[in-house]
Amino acid sequence: MATQVQGQEQIPSQGGHQEPSERRSQALTPGQTVGPFYGFALPYEHGPVIVPGGALHVHGTVFDGAGEPVPDALIEVLQADPQGRVGGLFGRCSTAPAGRFSFTTVRPGATSDGCAPHLAVMVHARGLLLQLHTRMYFPDEPRNAHDPVLAKVPDDRRHTLIAVADQDGLRFDIRLQGDGETGEGETVFFDV
Amino acid sequence: MADLLRRDGRGVHPDRDFPAYKSTALRHPKRPLVPLHDPETELTAPFLGSGPIGPVDADLTAQHAGAPLGERIVVTGQVRDGNGTPLAGQLVEVWQANASGRYAQAEDAHDAPLDPNFTGVGRCLTDEHGTYRFTTVKPGPYPWRNHDKAWRPAHIHFSLFGTAFAARLITQMYFPGDPLFPYDPVMHSVTDAAARERMVAAFDLDATVDQWATGYRWDIVLRGPERTVFETDLPSDGEG
Repeated sequence: MATQVQGQEQIPSQGGHQEPSERRSQALTPGQTVGPFYGFALPYEHGPVIVPGGALHVHGTVFDGAGEPVPDALIEVLQADPQGRVGGLFGRCSTAPAGRFSFTTVRPGATSDGCAPHLAVMVHARGLLLQLHTRMYFPDEPRNAHDPVLAKVPDDRRHTLIAVADQDGLRFDIRLQGDGETGEGETVFFDV
Repeated sequence: MADLLRRDGRGVHPDRDFPAYKSTALRHPKRPLVPLHDPETELTAPFLGSGPIGPVDADLTAQHAGAPLGERIVVTGQVRDGNGTPLAGQLVEVWQANASGRYAQAEDAHDAPLDPNFTGVGRCLTDEHGTYRFTTVKPGPYPWRNHDKAWRPAHIHFSLFGTAFAARLITQMYFPGDPLFPYDPVMHSVTDAAARERMVAAFDLDATVDQWATGYRWDIVLRGPERTVFETDLPSDGEG
């Protein structure tokens, strides 16, 4: 027999229109998982091509806490253009069918907040009740040493944010959950 | 530099470690999130150039040669931020199962009929008042394998961007009075009852179209800027 998650309370529906006097400090709408079946809806043809013909190829695999690839995640990227301007370069890529994603783009410039060049990376997935924010930084980038975000990341975890050069471009694997009690190897996620 | 976002109110969101929803077990971080304050990238909204949006994109009943089976409904509401400011020109993406509870995705193995006249994907931009409006059919509930006799309450998935990457919201809209609510761990991952209520649409006579469709209203509130600067907040001239 199915068990109730919590008591038997009836959930009333959302009320009617908001009065103008209530239009200060409104309660937020909660998030919910993207679920398993968004693949026919959210990915779009050129989503993985942030910049057509771009010289930078970023790819990676999303892994779960058992080290298995996550084939039903959706990765979104927001990055600066080469001049450091943010907004126009957005990408979206599903990890179906093997847990892998890839983007064609260009190397971003530094933003004006003093951060080293980076990609803002968002993860949605079945089994993930609320999106996760992480960042991809570049290997062999001297400005990483002065990046205010990296500076707040514990030394032994910083490497999870830095891509690895390989024959296909830059590899950026995402581990949703690390090993053991301490979550060894887990990608750093941010409280934004 | 983009506006800083309010940090209050985020406690309404689910804890990613929610054992009743079993797939969270291996997919939630164990380590605490690292603070990321005032980040320019995440405080910027993406400009979404994903192509023109036509009227049929917001009418999920008009995307095929024939009409889909099911209860035709209008779903409308306002997108605003936590300061009450309507958000105009916002991309709203929706997707859902058909009236039988089956998604038009190959991986959905639920033994319920597909509808050749229904895909279940829509998108639109909010108007100058922050209002979105879709015509669709009411989705059916469907079974999943989370626990014995697990059925998801009928819902429509929503994706919104807001005024910053950090305001991004993917969520689900539910229908009032669904008897499956008490059994659904996804909905109950939002542990505050009042917050759960905000995921449930209201039947709305104003949105109902005579002889055509019943109407539901569902407003969506996204994270907004830390403060709104009013003229009265600006420093006055010449005062010592």
